[in-house]
Amino acid sequence: MISVPEHITLSQGAGGRDMQRLLDDVIYQYLDPLSLQRDDAATFALNSLAQSGDRLAFTTDTYTVSPLRFRGGDIGALAVNGTVNDLACSGAIPRFLSLSLIIEEGFALEELRFYLQSLQQAAHSAEVTIVTGDTKVMPRGAIDGLVINTSGLGVIPSDRQPGIDRLKTGDTVIVSGFIGDHGTAILGARSDLQLDIDVTSDCKAITPLTELLFAHGGVRFVRDATRGGLAAVLNEIASSSQQGVRVRETAIPVRPAVRSTCELLGFDPLSLANEGTFVAVLAADTAGSALEELRRHPHGLHATAIGEITDRRPGKVELESAFGATRLLDMPRGELLPRIC
Amino acid sequence: MSTISNTEEGLRYLDEFRDPALARQLLETLHDQCDRLSQQRQKPLQIMEVCGGHTHSIFRYGLHDLLPDSIELVHGPGCPVCVLPKGVIDDCLRIATAPDTILASFGDALRVPGAKKSLLQARAEGADVRVVYSPLDALNLARQHPDKTVVFFALGFETTLPATALALQQARASSVDNFLVYSNHITILATIRAILQSPDMRLDGFLGPGHACMIIGTEVFRFVPERFGIPFVVAGFEPLDILQSITMIVNQHLNRAPALENQYTRVVRDHGNAVALQAITEVFEVRESFEWRGLGAIDQSGLRLRAAYRAFDAEHCFDLGQQKIPDPSHCQCGEVLKGVLKPSQCKLYSNQCTPEQPQGALMVSSEGACAAYYNYGVPRDQCA
Amino acid sequence: MCLGIPAQVKTISNEAAKLGIVEIAGVRREINLACVCKDAQSPTELVGCWVLVHVGFAMALIDEAEAELTLTLLNELGELQAETQGARL
Ligand code: SF4
Repeated sequence: MISVPEHITLSQGAGGRDMQRLLDDVIYQYLDPLSLQRDDAATFALNSLAQSGDRLAFTTDTYTVSPLRFRGGDIGALAVNGTVNDLACSGAIPRFLSLSLIIEEGFALEELRFYLQSLQQAAHSAEVTIVTGDTKVMPRGAIDGLVINTSGLGVIPSDRQPGIDRLKTGDTVIVSGFIGDHGTAILGARSDLQLDIDVTSDCKAITPLTELLFAHGGVRFVRDATRGGLAAVLNEIASSSQQGVRVRETAIPVRPAVRSTCELLGFDPLSLANEGTFVAVLAADTAGSALEELRRHPHGLHATAIGEITDRRPGKVELESAFGATRLLDMPRGELLPRIC
Repeated sequence: MSTISNTEEGLRYLDEFRDPALARQLLETLHDQCDRLSQQRQKPLQIMEVCGGHTHSIFRYGLHDLLPDSIELVHGPGCPVCVLPKGVIDDCLRIATAPDTILASFGDALRVPGAKKSLLQARAEGADVRVVYSPLDALNLARQHPDKTVVFFALGFETTLPATALALQQARASSVDNFLVYSNHITILATIRAILQSPDMRLDGFLGPGHACMIIGTEVFRFVPERFGIPFVVAGFEPLDILQSITMIVNQHLNRAPALENQYTRVVRDHGNAVALQAITEVFEVRESFEWRGLGAIDQSGLRLRAAYRAFDAEHCFDLGQQKIPDPSHCQCGEVLKGVLKPSQCKLYSNQCTPEQPQGALMVSSEGACAAYYNYGVPRDQCA
Repeated sequence: MCLGIPAQVKTISNEAAKLGIVEIAGVRREINLACVCKDAQSPTELVGCWVLVHVGFAMALIDEAEAELTLTLLNELGELQAETQGARL
C-alpha cells in the first residue's frame, strides 16, 4: 500500500488521487464519519433545528496564529473554539461547523495530524459537529504553515434576545475570568522574545458559562474579548450603544505573570487577546446572583463585576484608577510592538 | 463572596510603590505644603518631568488630576523616539530596503513617520525589518544570518547606551563581521543643559531621569541647583516615587534651598554604574552636535562610535545622515518639548495629528507627551 | 523613558559570558549581568539578588535596605499627615 508522504505536497491539493488519499487516510480519520457529508453541501432537516429555537446564527472566521502551538492550545483548538464562541455570544447553541484547511507545501504530516486531533477534541467537548469542509495546498512561502477557516451554525432559543440596543444605564459589566492569558501565552511561545512565561492560554469554549447566564436571565449583551482584548470590547460596547462604560481598573482580574510580561514589554493587559473569556452586560438586579452561579462552575471561578453602563460620556470608556482618578480607555491600535521606553 | 484582587501576588519593588492609601496621604501632604507655599508665591510651580516614563505613569494613574492647582507638570523631552528627526527614519528605510540587509529595531521606532512612510509600512512592502528587545538579540540575528548584514538601529538615552556598547564589544571580541550599528544615541544630560540655557526657560524644578541616573549617577546634575538655582530631584517611576519627588521639590521651595536630591535610592547611586560607564567610554564618543526633532541642533548631545569600532559603524557603510526633512509647518512639537505649550494647545492636536496619523513625533511613541494626552482623553484646549 | 523592571536573579546560565536567568512573577528570561558584576566577582554571587532590567541587561542592583527606607519614610509621612489632620479636627 502506498502511504501518504511525510510532508504535504502541492499535488495533494490538486483534487486528484493524491488528494483523495490525504482526505481518506488523514483528514477524515479525525472527523466523525457519520456526520461528515461528503456531498457538495451538507444538508439539515429544518424541523430538527426548529425544535431548539426560532432563529439561526451563522458566523465565519479564519484563524492564523504564530506560533501554531502555545501553552494551553494550538491553531486547531482555536479554530473550533473561536467560532463556537462567536455563536455563543449571539445566544445560539452551536451545532455545526465547516472546516477549511489551507496548508503550506512541505508542512509535516505529523503536525497536521496533531492539529486535526486537537480540532476533533475541541469539537467534541464543545458539542459541535463538523459537517463539511475543504482542503487546499499553497506553494511554500505563500502562507505561514497552516491557516484554518471555520464557519458555524447554531440555533437561538426563542427566549434569548441579546443585543447592543438593549443596554440600560446602570447595567452591570462583568468579565468571565482573568484577562490577557491568551495574548501572554502567545508572547511566551514566540521564539524572538525568548520569554518563558507561566501562563496558559484561556483557549476554550465559553458555552458552559454562557448557557448558565442565559438560563439565569437578565443578559443584555455578550461578547468574547478576542483580538484587541478587553479594551476593544468595551470600546465597541460604548460606541455601538452610544452609552458610556465605566470600569474600575482594580476590579479587573489580571494574573501577576500577565502583568509582569506587560511591564517588561510595555504592553497593557487590557489590550491583550483572550480566546475563552468574555464580557457580559447584565441587568443590575440580576448580576449578583448571575455571578454567583458563574463562580460555581470551574471555568467561572474568577468571574467578576468590573463596572457599569453610564450616561455620562456616551460612546466612551472611562477607567477609574486605583487612585480615584479617571481616564479614558481608548481602542487599542494595530500590532503590539514591544517597547523599551 | 470575595472579589478578586489583581495584586494577590505582587510584583516586588513595583506594587509597594503603587499603594493607593499611601498615595492619598502623600497627596494630602502635598496639598498642605502647597497651601503654605501660596503664602510665599502666587505663580504655580512649573515642574518638568524629564522622562517619558514619568509622563506615562502620571497619565496611567491620573496623577495630573489629583495634584494641587499650584503644581503644573511640564512634559520634557525624555522620549528618545519622539526626538528622532525624520531624516533618521528615512536613513533606516534606506538600510532596510538595501539588498541582503536586515534592519533590527526596538518596537518603539516602527511607527515613527519618515518623509513618506514608517518602518512598519516599509516592512509591509517587503523591507526586512525585525523587532528586537535587546541589542544582543540584534547581534544574535547577525550570527544566525551570516549571509546578511544586520544593522541595529541604536537609539535611547544613557540608560540604553551600555547595552549597545556591550553588544559592540562582544561583536568585536567574537569577530562578527556582518553586524553594524546605526547610532542615534543621545544624552539627556546635554538636553537638560540646553533647556536650562534656552531663553524661554521658566521651570521651577526637575523630576530627574531615574533610569539614566542609574548609569551616570546623580552628581552630574549638581550644576542645576548650584548654577541655576533650580531644584533637581532624581525620581523613580512609580506613582509614589513621583509624588514623593514632587513633595521634595516643594519642600526645597518652602525652605528656599534648591538642591540635588535622590528619591530613587533603591536603584540610583551618586556615581552611577562604573562598569556601564566604562563600556560607554570605550565604545562611544560625543558628536559635536546632533539634530533633535522639534528642538534643533543641540551641542554635544549625540554619540557616535569611536574609530576603533569603525568596522561596525553603519554611517561608514551606508550614505546616511545627510538629509534634513522639516516637520509640517504647523507642527508645534518644539514648543511642546520645551514646555512652552501643552500638547492640547498645539493647533494640530487631535484634529490633524492623532496616533493613527501622527504629524509630529510626540504623537507617535506612547511615551510622547501628545500621545499620552490623546490616549488618556485630554480634549483640545479651545482657548489656545 | 527607558522601561526598567525589577527582577530576581534565579540561576547563572553562562558564567563566562555573565548571563543569567531572571524572574519576575512567573516570567523568566536570560539577561546579561555584566554591568552588575564587579571585576573579579563571580556572577554566581548574584543569585537571589534583585536587579533592574533594561533591554536585556541588568543595569543596577536593587538596594533592598534603601527600598525599605523609602517605604518607611513614606509611611511616616502618611502617619504625620494623619496626625496633623486629626489635630485640626
Ligand atoms: S499635536 Fe502633533 S504636531 Fe502638535 S506638538 Fe503634538 S505631535 Fe507635534
